[in-house]
Amino acid sequence: MFKATSRTAPPPAPYAETSRPGSSRRRSSDGGHRNLKYPYRLNFYTSPPALDITLEEFETFAIARLKVLSAIHSLQERSLPPAQFRELISTQIKTHLPLSSNTARNVDVDEERRGDEIGHWILRLAFCRSPDLRDKFIRTELELFKQRFDSDDQHERSQFLKSLNFDWTVVDDTEKRVYEKQLKACMPWSAQRDGQFASESWVKVPWYTVPDLVGPRKVFVKGGNAYVPQSYQISLVLQAFRSNLERALELTAKSLPRMDEDDRLMPILAHLAQSFLSNVSIESNFFGDADDDPNSTRITADMIDALAVKHFPACQYNLWNRLKRDHHLKHFARLQFGLFLKALGLPLEEALVYWRRGFSQLTDDKFQKEYKYNIRHSYGQEGKRMNYPAKRFGCQQILTSNQPGAQDSHGCPYRHFAPETLQTFLSQHYSISTGSPEMREVMDQVKKQHYHLACTRVFEITHPKDVKKGEGLGEGVSVSHPNEYFNKSWGYEKGISKPKTEPMSDDMHLD
Amino acid sequence: MPVPVKTDSSMQVEDDAKSPEVMLAFYRRLFPYKPFYLWLNQEQAPTRLFTHREFAFTLGESTYVRYNSFNNAEEFKKEILRANPTRFEIGPVYNARPRDRKTMQASALRPEKRELVFDIDMTDYDEIRTCCSGGNICVRCWGYIAAAVKVLNHSLREHFGFQHLLWVYSGRRGIHCWISDKAALDLTDDQRKAITNFLEVVKGGKEQLKKVHVRGSNDNGDLHPALTDALNDVKDVFVKTVLQDQDCFREERGWDTLLALIPDKDVVDSLRKRWQNSDSSSKTKWKELLIAREKLSDQHLRYTKIVKAIEDIILQYTYPRIDAEVSKRRNHLLKSPFVIHPGTGRVCVPVEPSQVDDFDPAGVPTVGQLLRELDQTHAESLEDDVKMDDEETKDDKSSRRSEPDYNRTSLRPYVELFEKHIAAVMRDAREAKRAANSHSMDF
Repeated sequence: MFKATSRTAPPPAPYAETSRPGSSRRRSSDGGHRNLKYPYRLNFYTSPPALDITLEEFETFAIARLKVLSAIHSLQERSLPPAQFRELISTQIKTHLPLSSNTARNVDVDEERRGDEIGHWILRLAFCRSPDLRDKFIRTELELFKQRFDSDDQHERSQFLKSLNFDWTVVDDTEKRVYEKQLKACMPWSAQRDGQFASESWVKVPWYTVPDLVGPRKVFVKGGNAYVPQSYQISLVLQAFRSNLERALELTAKSLPRMDEDDRLMPILAHLAQSFLSNVSIESNFFGDADDDPNSTRITADMIDALAVKHFPACQYNLWNRLKRDHHLKHFARLQFGLFLKALGLPLEEALVYWRRGFSQLTDDKFQKEYKYNIRHSYGQEGKRMNYPAKRFGCQQILTSNQPGAQDSHGCPYRHFAPETLQTFLSQHYSISTGSPEMREVMDQVKKQHYHLACTRVFEITHPKDVKKGEGLGEGVSVSHPNEYFNKSWGYEKGISKPKTEPMSDDMHLD
Repeated sequence: MPVPVKTDSSMQVEDDAKSPEVMLAFYRRLFPYKPFYLWLNQEQAPTRLFTHREFAFTLGESTYVRYNSFNNAEEFKKEILRANPTRFEIGPVYNARPRDRKTMQASALRPEKRELVFDIDMTDYDEIRTCCSGGNICVRCWGYIAAAVKVLNHSLREHFGFQHLLWVYSGRRGIHCWISDKAALDLTDDQRKAITNFLEVVKGGKEQLKKVHVRGSNDNGDLHPALTDALNDVKDVFVKTVLQDQDCFREERGWDTLLALIPDKDVVDSLRKRWQNSDSSSKTKWKELLIAREKLSDQHLRYTKIVKAIEDIILQYTYPRIDAEVSKRRNHLLKSPFVIHPGTGRVCVPVEPSQVDDFDPAGVPTVGQLLRELDQTHAESLEDDVKMDDEETKDDKSSRRSEPDYNRTSLRPYVELFEKHIAAVMRDAREAKRAANSHSMDF
């Protein structure tokens, strides 16, 4: 994303010599020395972008944003300490949706902002359809905006606020004096109150526009108005952002059916919405099917049993276990497990060996006839010779497609097992004892239908040396693919520190 | 179920609010349909405020029928007389008629508006009342409710700017508040949560002694101005109700709790020694505590700490203990005014907040009493009719008859209070409508 483009290479800064390096304050107004299409880093998204974009851009911008929103959503569910929460979010934002301030050099600020804007508007289209989606979208967008607002350059921020033209009533000096005592009692830093009182200014708004300040009694309330000091302005801005978005989404939802749409966009939108709802961060190339070469590590059939016990996520462990016990797996289970093994780096020959051993009660003949084809097929050696990318079988697919029937063993244990069965399973195979606080946390997430978070928590619990609570698969990322789980887990055992395993999972999911 | 035979001769059969006949008579002759309709609807012609409103009926002991809705007051009355519920509750105004919900997609029925409601229940005061417990209530413990009404009434009006507050006795041991301002109707759940949190000062369960934490993380900040206000309001109540009437700190259980709330160890130790074997009154004990406080006045830190703790104690014993869950969400159902409390037979009548001190829950008419009053006046009027038959024209008689029955009973003053409240609500609604109309005419 950090593209140094030639189109709007920043002109030599006029203050280059006088300004200290690293100082972000700049005295230009409105970023005036630079002719920007988007003068502000922050955006209230009040009017849609009127421009032509390519389908590819449509997808990339949307997905980049969706990744961040999904990450925010799963972090919000995990009740982390605020500092850690902020840090994890900001890493996510930096990776996928960087937005630089006007002072940034070597960055095409306009391009970043254009991407940000387009991404937002596309997701609006995708997420306006149901109250659930809208609600989730608003909550995560709000958090994203807040993070950016907090990290914005003070000067640019106040310029931005000015541009929004809020009609807040400023409390005049007379009124300020009348309520001096009350206002002081509600100032956040009691120690410096007297000194700051003179310089602080308040605005008066109906109390219900700032519920987050009224609830914890942070502001003075009188005659239906809340007196909000400058330092709490973020609440007002967020509230405005929120109501703006709420209204807009409902309008969009109403007009969506009338949108004259060919079938290029709707499938993308539907796909985006579905992955957001299933709480799984999206896999990036919905269109593309870049063949990934699953050969970074040589794995043999003999190694699988040992690896399974230590590193398999619940869904795959269950399949491995079933195969051992029943010497057979049904179609979708074979597909789920087979592609997982393939992505582990198990080559075709080894896969044939493994499956042959697994299906030990079959005659050679039957295996050759009925199953070998199947396995070869999944490696792209038969039929239309399609090399099924293993990434297609991520959590989202496991959770939502091909619901397991009575005899099936595929699917996601967190979702498809009865709670009691799941508990027994976890205590037997992952040594999380029933009744322990950890088990309760896991089951809580299951109850809330955050299956991937339950899985992430199990990962954290079973890797106490390597991961802290809340870190997930590193930097707060939650499990969205069984192979990610495996790669991280195995990576830790091999003593590979984070950076080395990253490319592998990056390669698979993060583009 | 066999009806137990009452041996108490003063208790007549019709007194029993559980008897369907009694309830039916009440609904047929006494329930004030017209004012009730206007109160919810806020104008004469039916609006969404009435037609899209949920009513939940309790039939018999435990059958609960939700999502009833009605096009107008007549339809409502007809259904009440048909179903004859033991009680009914009022829910939110939805985005569609609640009774049509089966024709809609699941979850498409969403609450949109609702009066802002508060519920104060005497059971939350059990640990600090010495006269009764559980479902019982007497004039003495009503003092707590009276204090709560005054504080809440003040805060809702002065701080939050609401005007149309209707206080309703719940029929046994609590009181409800219904706010009909337009701003209140429109509040979202988040906003309701905010105001509820703002007003929820006394928090925490049985296991928690100190229940007031309103000064930030270390309990050492300044009081919010609204609470300073409240503190001034309740100081009298504290002396009158907590110290004198309830005498909360006479028994060991009482003063032990009090000492646990004092953060100064020296003070606690000396007071404990003093109180251990004495049977002094709460007032004396409180005085001794204040003297101990003043002795610390030259030690700034210890002094401010104990001053703040004492303010917190006063709040803990007198600040309204609201049932927060009732207020937080639009879709919470709350018992309607003027229904009969099935346990006591008393009518849920409006209460004038300025006279809440003099309100006697035991003086509220029961359904049986009202029906007897009706029968009596009916008998009298029959006699009158016979006597005056010759002189009186037919018109006079019918005009007298058209007057609602409740005006001939002790329910009358309560309905009048209700009507006065409604008149103000409707006046405001009319003005808002006119303002909106004239505004749209500007174009």
